[in-house]
Amino acid sequence: MKKEKSQIDTLRKVLKYIKEYRTLLTISIVLAASTVALTLYVPILIGNAIDCIIGPDNVNFKAVAQILVRIAFTVGITAIFEWLMYTINNNITYQVVRDIRKKAFRKIEILPLSYIDAHSHGEIVSRIIADVDQFAEGLLIGFTQLFTGIVTIIGTLIFMLTINVKITFIVVILTPLSLFVANFIAKRTYSMFKLQSETRGEQTSLIEEMIGNAKVVQAFSYQEEALKKFDEINERLEKCSLRAVFFSSLTNPLTRFINSLVYASVALAGAIAIIGGDVGSTMTVGGLSIFLSYANQYAKPFNEISGVITEMQNAFACAARVFELIEEQPQIPDAENAIVLEKASGNILFENVAFSYVSERPLIRNLNLKVKPGQRVAIVGPTGSGKTTVINLLMRFYDVNSGSIEVEGIDIRNITRNSLRENYGMVLQDTWMKSGTIRENITMGKPEASEEEIIAAAKAAHAHSFIKRLENGYDTVISEEGGTLSQGQKQLLSIARVMLCLPPMLILDEATSSIDTRTEIKIQEAFARLMQGRTSFIVAHRLSTIREADIILVMKDGDIIEQGTHDELLSLKGFYANLYNSQFVQ
Amino acid sequence: MKKLLVYLKDYIKESILGPLFKLLEASFELLVPIVIKSIVDIGIGQADKGYIVKMCLLLVLLGVVGMVCSVTAQYFAAKASVGFVTKLRRALFKHIGQLSYTEIDTLGTSSMITRMTSDMNQVQTGMNLTLRLLLRSPFIVFGAMIMAFTVDANAALTFVVAIPALSVVVFTIMLLSIPLYKKVQHRLDRVLNSTRENLTGVRVIRAFRLEEKEITEFDRRNEELTATQKFVGRISALMNPLTYVIINLAIIWLIHIGAIRVSAGLLTQGAVLALYNYMSQILVELIKFANLIISITKAVASGNRISAVLDVKSSLEEKETTPQNSQAEYAVEFRHVGLQYKNAAGEALTNINFSVRPGEVVGIIGGTGSGKSSLVNMIPRFYDATSGEVIVDGTNVKDYPLITLRDKIGIVPQKAVLFKGSIRENMRWGNKDATDEEIMDAINMAQGGEIVVQKKEGLDFIIEQGGKNLSGGQRQRFTIARALVKKPEILILDDSASALDFATDAALRKALREMPGNPTLFIVSQRTSSIQFADKIVVLDDGEIVGIGKHDELLETCEVYREIYDSQFKKEGK
Repeated sequence: MKKEKSQIDTLRKVLKYIKEYRTLLTISIVLAASTVALTLYVPILIGNAIDCIIGPDNVNFKAVAQILVRIAFTVGITAIFEWLMYTINNNITYQVVRDIRKKAFRKIEILPLSYIDAHSHGEIVSRIIADVDQFAEGLLIGFTQLFTGIVTIIGTLIFMLTINVKITFIVVILTPLSLFVANFIAKRTYSMFKLQSETRGEQTSLIEEMIGNAKVVQAFSYQEEALKKFDEINERLEKCSLRAVFFSSLTNPLTRFINSLVYASVALAGAIAIIGGDVGSTMTVGGLSIFLSYANQYAKPFNEISGVITEMQNAFACAARVFELIEEQPQIPDAENAIVLEKASGNILFENVAFSYVSERPLIRNLNLKVKPGQRVAIVGPTGSGKTTVINLLMRFYDVNSGSIEVEGIDIRNITRNSLRENYGMVLQDTWMKSGTIRENITMGKPEASEEEIIAAAKAAHAHSFIKRLENGYDTVISEEGGTLSQGQKQLLSIARVMLCLPPMLILDEATSSIDTRTEIKIQEAFARLMQGRTSFIVAHRLSTIREADIILVMKDGDIIEQGTHDELLSLKGFYANLYNSQFVQ
Repeated sequence: MKKLLVYLKDYIKESILGPLFKLLEASFELLVPIVIKSIVDIGIGQADKGYIVKMCLLLVLLGVVGMVCSVTAQYFAAKASVGFVTKLRRALFKHIGQLSYTEIDTLGTSSMITRMTSDMNQVQTGMNLTLRLLLRSPFIVFGAMIMAFTVDANAALTFVVAIPALSVVVFTIMLLSIPLYKKVQHRLDRVLNSTRENLTGVRVIRAFRLEEKEITEFDRRNEELTATQKFVGRISALMNPLTYVIINLAIIWLIHIGAIRVSAGLLTQGAVLALYNYMSQILVELIKFANLIISITKAVASGNRISAVLDVKSSLEEKETTPQNSQAEYAVEFRHVGLQYKNAAGEALTNINFSVRPGEVVGIIGGTGSGKSSLVNMIPRFYDATSGEVIVDGTNVKDYPLITLRDKIGIVPQKAVLFKGSIRENMRWGNKDATDEEIMDAINMAQGGEIVVQKKEGLDFIIEQGGKNLSGGQRQRFTIARALVKKPEILILDDSASALDFATDAALRKALREMPGNPTLFIVSQRTSSIQFADKIVVLDDGEIVGIGKHDELLETCEVYREIYDSQFKKEGK
């Protein structure tokens, strides 16, 4: 019941998207109905024509010619209608898909970071791409096959009834048998398919392990052992695949046999009716030909229906997943009277800030911090202690649960997000590059920058020299992962990005272990140049940065456990002093 | 693709019988209109009820025989295609195991996995369809034409015109739309890219307030996709109406000729009906055939991709016989070794010269991309020197059978990879016959003893795929132990202690020093602390050796080493 309800719910939403195209849809339905009717009319015309050709010197040429002209005319119109119907259906489908994607993408841009961080990106992408595609396919098939199928069944029924009730009865009773047969086989083969896909999954996971780590396999000369394991699964897969493939392929011969049974029955009943077994029957050879062709037409939707229904169900499941994303709660929009922050001077105040990602696990309990213009705040602590949380709060990627953060005395929730973020320059450890040219990546914050400005920024970030050595210099196209650029080079690029805008406040996540120490020194210099005269927050790994900071926040398990200058903290002889000394000893 | 057919060798009988039975079935189908003709001409014409019943029973019989033939054909086709792919899959898996690192790098592991999985499935489906249907549709089309000729040669000429006309329409539309579908795919990829970037780069995009720009960009790509889709849709929507028109024109012409010839007494009414039925059969089969061609094209493309991997030969030439080696002075020697990776612009290593005595500890240090891993990877011959020679125990590595050479060497790769299975199974990668005692010794040496003790299953603890249920440090200790189980003559740690804390790292180094058998030890690291007590430190910079010596000497003489050291210690300790 619940499932049905949610399906109806989904259907309602789908209809909402289609509503915009209701004129087209109405035309399409009219066209479909007329196409089917005309298609069904042609066999009647042909049957009539055959009835006019009885035997030697017994042919009504005039009538035949008239009918043939009518056939040509009908066929011509049918073809045009059919093409129009297909085209309109395509257009509706692709436009609905476009609208849904558009909406989903706009949603992504305003989803709270908490959603994006908590969900697998691959999964969200697959909703917008694969699911929407699957939905489109189902929608198209639904439009064309389901609708025309139903009209065909009704149409043939009416036409057949007008010719001969008894034979119609035979067709109506026998044909759905194929549906039962198909269903019967599908049910019986389900477990075989399940076993096949399980075995396939087992094999894929072995393949992923052994080929994904081919180098380790080789280093230990483990190929033969791996092959033994593979063979065992492979042989099992052969057996269960054969069963699944063979038994499922029985559907076609069996339904076809039933169709030929119907065909034979129609031929029998028709022929006997013609020679006059029935009283008052007006059956003719032409009528028989109509019935034979209708028997096939009538069976077609039944043979296809199970496939269509699966396809539609699948489409609805996909649509539901997309709608779920579209209906996700967006981030709290900017307040109506939100202030546009002009160039900030760098006064930041944390007042009784509490925050947690999951409500059961409080992370920051009561953070108070006052930062004056030009001050440096270093955030230190072991990995996983929540250093990036502070960055998330400053940039308003996440909102505080209670308390407030103020910039220039204004609560940041009363500032437009755009103007707040414009005042920060941010360099993250995870150096994300957009696929495009190096230039596009540097000018992200200032698209109108001149060539001189770009080069100056790159030079200041120590990036100019390696960019120059690239094949196409600043116009080198890089992929999302940064392609051939090393981690260090990518970091230099993201520093250049910030160098170009020079915002009044900085947020820096320092170098990583994947960068060698000499490159790190260069990055360090670039950072130092950036920070001059700017309020900055640094997630710090290096002691030199930490010692020179005006305020050090020591974080552990998501909590700020100590706060002060280097000397103050050392004299505390607490966690910081320990951390500092252990690094020093090393 | 052709080369793959070798794997069909064991299924020749099935691959012939499958299509054969399908053709038999098709022949029975072709008889149906003739039977109907007899019913009309003889049964109805002479009002012979018994004859009609007989003929209808014949129709049912044709149906039964057809079904039996078809089921038989399905069985043979399924057997041949499943068996073929099973053999092919095994061959490819085995082949990949024989490729060298160079080929693995060029092919890429993810693409090899695709070849093994989805491409194989595609080939299986394609093979099955080919065996069942490839001959059937043309057979019915031409069979219908031939049958039409037996009915009336004059009227059958219509078929001679209609069939080529239909084929032209069907195949033109198909050929036109295939490249267009590729274009659709390409545009869809661009939409996908936009979406993914906006998720992975969400912080940067929001920090730089690029949301509006990204929306505009997405809308443009989305519109482009829709436009292409609509265009393809319009073209492929032509298929049904056009073929419908052609077939009906042919039917009109048939009836026209039929009317004239029946009137002249050359043809019967039933014959006209039979000709009409044959014409109807053709249309269905041609469209089926066109769809079949599309599926087969896909399967052939997959087959070619598989074939391409099978064609890749390992670039390592292997010697068959184990060289006799006397006690050599050096365990490992590099003589003017250069290494250039395939498709790389320059050398990764240039003129590497140094030698190591048995039992020595060698540290290798340098920045990222300086060639440290490349250097140690040449010892077990994962890569071949492009110039100069690498010598192990007095013999060039190229003169060993690979198994013999790699048996001497234990390597702990940078990435700590473990496999699904118990700890014991993982440890036995190093030595199939290792006893629990030997395994525990190795694990203890790798500082992993307490991890095993903590697990209540002990060595039977099941490691998940990729070692997901262990921490980075635990995985690293097990990968080290795995190499130790081998009791190698040469042990290589390729930056493989990075996830260990300082104390564990130190304890590990101490244990390695005291290892029984006294193996030659190579330690690759970025940390000077890990290698500063080595007998010999090799400093690499941009693929060249810029210093060899002990820690103290290098501090005096090697600028790069000093810089590395300073960046890690002096400045911060000041």
